[in-house]
Amino acid sequence: MYCNFKSQGFKKRNCAKSVLEKRTIFLLVKPRSAAQQRHSVTATESKMAGADGDDSLYPIAVLIDELRNEDVQLRLNSIKKLSTIALALGVERTRTELLPFLTDTIYDEDEVLLALAEQLGNFTMLVGGPEYVHCLLPPLESLATVEETVVRDKAVESLRKISQEHSPVDLEVHFEPLVKRLASGDWFTSRTSACGLFSVCYPRVSSTVKAEIRQHFRTLCSDDTPMVRRAAASKLGEFAKVLELDYVKSDIISLFTALASDEQDSVRLLAVEACVSIATLLPQEDLETLVMPTLRQAAEDKSWRVRYMVADKFSELQKAVGPEITKNDLVPAFQNLLKDCEAEVRAAAANKVKEFCENLPEDSREQIIMTHILPCVKELVSDTNQHVKSALASVIMGLSTILGKDNTIEHLLPLFLAQLKDECPEVRLNIISNLDCVNEVIGIRQLSQSLLPAIVELAEDAKWRVRLAIIEYMPLLAGQLGVEFFDEKLNTLCMAWLIDHVYAIREAATCNLMKLVEKFGAEWAQNTIVPKVLGMANDPNYLHRMTTLFCLKLYWLLFFENTFALSEACGQDITTKQMLPVVLKMSNDQVANVRFNVAKSLQKIGPVLDSNALQAEVKPVLEKLATDTDMDVKYFAQEAINSVLALQRSD
Amino acid sequence: MRPEVRTGPPPPPSSPSQVFHRDLHRLHRRSGAMTGPPLVPQPVCRFQDPEPADLSMEEESDTRKINNSFLRDHNYATEADIISTVEFNSSGELLATGDKGGRVVVFQREQESKSQPQRRGEYNVYSTFQSHEPEFDYLKSLEIEEKINKIKWLPQQNAAYFLLSTNDKTVKLWKISERDKRPEGYNLKDEDGRIRNPSTITSLRVPVLQPMDLMVEATARRVFSNAHTYHINSISVNSDLQTFISTDDLRVNLWNLEITDRSFNIVDIKPANMEELTEVITSAEFHPQHCHTFAYSSSKGSIRLCDMRQAALCDKHCKYFEEPEDPSTRSFFSEIISSISDVKFSHNGRYLMTRDYLTVKVWDLQMENKPLETYQVHDYLRGKLCSLYENDCIFDKFECVWNGSDSVIMTGSYNNFFRMFDRNTKRDVTLEASRENSKPRAILKPRKVCVGGKRRKDEISVDSLDFSKKILHTTWHPHENIIAVAATNNLYIFQDKVN
Repeated sequence: MYCNFKSQGFKKRNCAKSVLEKRTIFLLVKPRSAAQQRHSVTATESKMAGADGDDSLYPIAVLIDELRNEDVQLRLNSIKKLSTIALALGVERTRTELLPFLTDTIYDEDEVLLALAEQLGNFTMLVGGPEYVHCLLPPLESLATVEETVVRDKAVESLRKISQEHSPVDLEVHFEPLVKRLASGDWFTSRTSACGLFSVCYPRVSSTVKAEIRQHFRTLCSDDTPMVRRAAASKLGEFAKVLELDYVKSDIISLFTALASDEQDSVRLLAVEACVSIATLLPQEDLETLVMPTLRQAAEDKSWRVRYMVADKFSELQKAVGPEITKNDLVPAFQNLLKDCEAEVRAAAANKVKEFCENLPEDSREQIIMTHILPCVKELVSDTNQHVKSALASVIMGLSTILGKDNTIEHLLPLFLAQLKDECPEVRLNIISNLDCVNEVIGIRQLSQSLLPAIVELAEDAKWRVRLAIIEYMPLLAGQLGVEFFDEKLNTLCMAWLIDHVYAIREAATCNLMKLVEKFGAEWAQNTIVPKVLGMANDPNYLHRMTTLFCLKLYWLLFFENTFALSEACGQDITTKQMLPVVLKMSNDQVANVRFNVAKSLQKIGPVLDSNALQAEVKPVLEKLATDTDMDVKYFAQEAINSVLALQRSD
Repeated sequence: MRPEVRTGPPPPPSSPSQVFHRDLHRLHRRSGAMTGPPLVPQPVCRFQDPEPADLSMEEESDTRKINNSFLRDHNYATEADIISTVEFNSSGELLATGDKGGRVVVFQREQESKSQPQRRGEYNVYSTFQSHEPEFDYLKSLEIEEKINKIKWLPQQNAAYFLLSTNDKTVKLWKISERDKRPEGYNLKDEDGRIRNPSTITSLRVPVLQPMDLMVEATARRVFSNAHTYHINSISVNSDLQTFISTDDLRVNLWNLEITDRSFNIVDIKPANMEELTEVITSAEFHPQHCHTFAYSSSKGSIRLCDMRQAALCDKHCKYFEEPEDPSTRSFFSEIISSISDVKFSHNGRYLMTRDYLTVKVWDLQMENKPLETYQVHDYLRGKLCSLYENDCIFDKFECVWNGSDSVIMTGSYNNFFRMFDRNTKRDVTLEASRENSKPRAILKPRKVCVGGKRRKDEISVDSLDFSKKILHTTWHPHENIIAVAATNNLYIFQDKVN
């Protein structure tokens, strides 16, 4: 939500056409060699050029030239085949010519740089193996300083990858100086990149270098720019994991405390995340003195974004600090978050209610929930903010399994019922969508009295998206409520949706019917659904007539795809006898849309009809439609004839 | 690594400053990425300045001199050439202007060189690009002007420079970067560009980077659009370097600099019924150090300070600055002239400065009930409000700026006058930016407007002020006494005495 800004991907370019054009021009100029190129591009992947004569050089030459083509897409393609180029050049020339060139390509578009950063992570063998892996550092170093976060992150990722391929000596001679250079760079882009590299080289260097690395990390944690402090804060946990426990206690804790009280709330909120990993590293007895003061402070931070972060990470924090501290500290903190003055925080905390309760120590779980958590939850049910209520509604049902039957009936049921009557449709929907948890504990009957009005109201909501959402839960509800209840109360709703004025609803209703048929069986369908659907074939509204058509089509397919239908009392005969005439009759409909949908339906159901019916009944109808006055009808009829009758011929 | 751009005669040793006379934007009316060197216009004249002067206000007069001004010939000036915003970057090395034609021109300060130390301080065109194009909103049948409403620089993060520019609806993030190397050597072509016969290709060539003339490129990195129903009047970058706000008449939206597909609305003053609308937001700015604080001004003359820590929605302000109205001066125009056209935090973050039609006010953030200081910009216009109303001048939106140490403030007026107020000595001065009066290297003479009575020599009467010549946009170098003043289609850069 609010805090989680994510960097996003790049726009996709559609340059296929221009690529094609360029290629065509190429072909006109050099027809012979282009043909060679086609077969040899793949060939060179596995062998060195030159060894095989001049022919194989050509495609590589093209790739190299296109590294600087004006078209981004071509450059991108070339960069993605960088391994082919490197293979052709051989390790020596890759190191001395290709890499220096790539080091200076940082002027390029982000997509190209991103692809380059990724490629270089897998380049070790192409520069001559681990012995020479340090040659990859300069281009990655320059990529680690560009302003685009995704590119920088990818460069760091590749650097981390190749750091593993450095020998301990190389790591100190080549890699570690690079980290230092980045860490003391003029621009904050390089310093942010450095933050992600400490943890990979720390475990493998000598103790003097280790001390230097710790010093550099300390410096970055108090950098002038919030960007760098944020990067350091987000890598604090990771760095702590590779540090010796003594240094965690002496160094990391003080950095953590400092970052957690940074003047910028964007830095403080990242310290919360670090808190989780630091807490897991420390022995239980140190947590109280080293971590808890900071955590308490974060939970009561002046900035709602920090408190939001605490709420969002609550389950992780809870696991990290263990049951004792949870009981004494986190329970009151969680209560406060549930009562927070900012709705975003309450919503985040409400989302965690179930997980928090599940993870409470078993011996005192029920008591804590009943005396501390439940009162807050009760208040949230009537919260002023609908996001909070709907967040709660999405997890509250889960509490019933934790609390057991009696408590659920006594304490939770009233809350469920209240939420089912909530003014906000999303809250009601969330309750309904989680009915299965309650069903296991107390059975759904307890709820059905309130459930029905809630469902009916959602089913008739003025917003079609709400109606759509409730339709999607119908099969689930039907399964839990049973066929009798369904027939009695909900069947009419399902049929009413078929004639909704929004197409999306009619379509969903059609699919819904089929799911119900799957649940309740063909006999049920034959008795309750089919007559009504067939009845709609004579509806004055052509849209409703089309709905009949769609239903029948799906129904048919369902029958013949699922073997279950065949074992039922009503088999192919009935469906053919009962429904085919209706469909065929609709081919005389006065509305062209209905007619061509008949053709489309026949195309779909044709394959499952027996050949007699096909020849005797379907074929004449399709042939008649093929001579229709309407262009579209003709077209679809012809399509149907082609596919259905062709199929028959092949039989 | 800067390009050598000057080809004019070397300046005499004693005259470090110069004036450039050029039809600047006309020269560069091209869109997309632009290069520096070929576009830089040439200086056409130089004047000698015998008396260098000091900028500090201690001296009675002659406090400023023109450094260089980018003047366009009035005969050719069109609406599109009118400068609509001007802004120094955080180091003062670059200066950006935007105009009604949607163009952005970036000037770069000349580096100090041992041989010609006097050249330091001159600004030359660094990059010119078309930031916004005119558009048409087909859903609302509205034309969207390309006029640049505001430019804000981002703090420098690597060798490239970044700025945000906005028109009425869309904010764009631009990257301005240098390139001084070019790959050379093809496999399929020879040196002259002729296609080689593929059968003659017997070895592979990897391109080699060769130095070339410096090229400056401007590329649009992000476009922040579709978030404003009303016209954007200001943008402001947060000190956390992660977010910025864009403000229109009724709403303030918060963006992440890396995310263009969503923004968060943090202030919304739109009433349920638009007939109940009594005020609009005129400007908003982030606190320079506290990433959670921002201020916005309203057309009713009040300023609200909001704390983003308290809640996700900042509809409730935490401080409200307003001066109670003096009933004795109340008139039909009171409400119009009390509308705030610009709000600026001081560099140290302790004060807020606001500009309304007749005054500049400085507020202490700790004192909400009245301004700390009030400066009259052109009080002599109080008697002419009626005619200013009739010619719409009363709705002009003047901006105001602090100097680097927050001790002097500057704002514009009519007749190409601009005013400076020294907060410590309480001295003030009226200066004029015009080609006739400000010879290059010349020291600016203070101007006086006479109010009634006898007009003394050197004074100008209120009635002869030219209201079509107004200085709305000014900016002050963040550390030095260099100012840039936009007077319709001309940009003047004045600087402190250069020794």
